[in-house]
Amino acid sequence: MGRITLNKVTKSFGETQVIPPLDLTIEDGEFTVFVGPSGCGKSTLLRLIAGLEDITTGHIDIDGMDATAVPPAKRGLAMVFQSYALYPHMSVRKNIAFPLRMAKMDQVEIDRRVDNAASVLNLADYIDRRPGQLSGGQRQRVAIGRAIVREPAAFLFDEPLSNLDAALRVGMRLEISELHKRLETTMIYVTHDQVEAMTMADKIVVLRAGHIEQVGSPLELYKAPRNLFVAGFIGSPKMNFVEGAEAAKYDAHTVGVRPEHIAISGTEGAWKGRVGVSEHLGSDTFFHVHDTGLAETLTVRADGEVSFKHGDTVYLTPREDVVHRFDAQGLRIG
Amino acid sequence: MATQSSRSAARLMMAPAVILLLGWMLAPLITTLYFSFRRYLPLRGGDQGWVGFENYTRFIGSSAFWPSVQTTLIIVGGVLVITVLLGIVLALLLDQPMWGQGIVRILVIAPFFVMPTVSALVWKNMFMDPVNGLFAHLWKFFGATPVEWLSQASLQSIVMIVSWQWLPFATLILLTAVQSLDGEQLEAAEMDGAPFIKRFWYIVLPHLGRAITIVILIQTIFLLSIFAEIFVTTGGAFGTRTLTYLIFQRVLESQNIGLGSAGGVYAIILANIVAIFLMRIVGKNLDN
Ligand SMILES: Nc1ncnc2c1ncn2[C@@H]1O[C@H](COP(=O)(O)OP(=O)(O)OP(=O)(O)O)[C@@H](O)[C@H]1O
Ligand SMILES: [Mg+2]
Repeated sequence: MGRITLNKVTKSFGETQVIPPLDLTIEDGEFTVFVGPSGCGKSTLLRLIAGLEDITTGHIDIDGMDATAVPPAKRGLAMVFQSYALYPHMSVRKNIAFPLRMAKMDQVEIDRRVDNAASVLNLADYIDRRPGQLSGGQRQRVAIGRAIVREPAAFLFDEPLSNLDAALRVGMRLEISELHKRLETTMIYVTHDQVEAMTMADKIVVLRAGHIEQVGSPLELYKAPRNLFVAGFIGSPKMNFVEGAEAAKYDAHTVGVRPEHIAISGTEGAWKGRVGVSEHLGSDTFFHVHDTGLAETLTVRADGEVSFKHGDTVYLTPREDVVHRFDAQGLRIG
Repeated sequence: MATQSSRSAARLMMAPAVILLLGWMLAPLITTLYFSFRRYLPLRGGDQGWVGFENYTRFIGSSAFWPSVQTTLIIVGGVLVITVLLGIVLALLLDQPMWGQGIVRILVIAPFFVMPTVSALVWKNMFMDPVNGLFAHLWKFFGATPVEWLSQASLQSIVMIVSWQWLPFATLILLTAVQSLDGEQLEAAEMDGAPFIKRFWYIVLPHLGRAITIVILIQTIFLLSIFAEIFVTTGGAFGTRTLTYLIFQRVLESQNIGLGSAGGVYAIILANIVAIFLMRIVGKNLDN
């Protein structure tokens, strides 16, 4: 239940091709995250899977059956929209019950499922309110409730947390992960927040301009990015890239070193530079180091205790075993 | 507008407008009330002093009174039903992406710019004329006897003409409401398994509730006083005499200003009853 396969799927809006031919398999029960910069086609891809957009060529299989021409309601998928898309004139109970009523389920079963969803999502206290009388987080939960009562083959989320404040976002992130562990249903989750991607995903799909740049587990993407784009996109702060003579020492066109893999010292090291802005987060400190002659800025993560002043001269040493090497085309070497 | 001083300043600045509006409304109202208690026959002795409630009892006692109230309500009700239903259909159609959308929308709105007198004349002479009208030709083409619209189906004809005039208004208001509906709600309903009819019933219609209320209230205000359409087409004959028309006849044809004024007061009462009634039924949509 819930294995989705995309076969040479393309999508064009008029003349412009938004999704070039794309193959992807999402296994049953997997939490898959689509990430990529704005406008890369994440929402479009999700809407193609949902059936809200017609695919231009190719086909989509759900559980081994060709779903290309199946209307959205019949695909057995549930979607949670970025704007929540709750029905404003219905109470929370009616909102959650709506898909069941449309399926002509009997009232006893509807009540059982709605009450169950409401208790799972802590909505019992608001069940008779209208969406307009709820906070953002509560609305989000109603939208999720409306999705889970249908017991769908897969859940589709389109940036569901982007309208919430930072604290609530962390909370809802955990709740959705928890829900996934409990239901073990396939989930496809679109976001451009790479922290969400790293923390929630079983599998991350990195997209750029409709192309899949890499598919893999969060750690695979972190440890072995296939190209410069993925290397720069996954990880926060961004990986540092060094070109030229220093890269040639590693037999590469470009080398990438993550900020957490560079040691900083006031006395000795491989690269000499001058401290610019330092960001103290308490647990960690990020130093932006200039004038190294390698790149405009190198970002370095150090322990929260370490402290250098603006303008101090420092020495940086990359950890040799985790230096990423890329060729002239930007592809990973080794 | 929260502080004490800003509130009183606001009151001061609004005062001229409020006073002007009050005067504007009160002056005719008071004159009407004044004349309604007097015997005033301009061509037969002029103002002949107070008569108490005589005008009121005579107006309501006339055999033409209750039929005219009924006619008024039928016309208002008929036009409301037609314009709201067709307005919703047209609004949904016009919301679809199509070729030449701009032009079609202007065409749909056009009837609203035609003066009532003109449109009634056009309908009467070009469409409904039993000899030369387009409908007559159409009927003859199919071998039927042409209908004498304005005498045989007079009330229906007037409802049709007035609906034609007001449909653009209803369509326009409803179209803006349709356009303001969040597309994701419809998509969510589609994924929830609601076919088109149910999406319309559960999502679109509740969303339109407020706009429909506004259309009904505004149209009622104007429809209660339609006059030109009746004057030009049937002249109040064949059961098309509305309350407004009856008042017109009392004042101008019978030259009885006192009686007409009493009718005017009844018209105000009728309008208020209708308004309260409508507010009760549909006004609750405005609350949420
Ligand atoms: N209905 C449409 N007609 C034409 N072009 C569209 C349409 N919908 C999306 N596009 C284009 O397709 C591309 C992908 O859009 P999409 O909404 O999938 O991006 P996204 O990855 O979800 O971005 P974001 O992170 O900003 O939501 C964009 O360049 C967009 O302009
Ligand atoms: Mg998007």
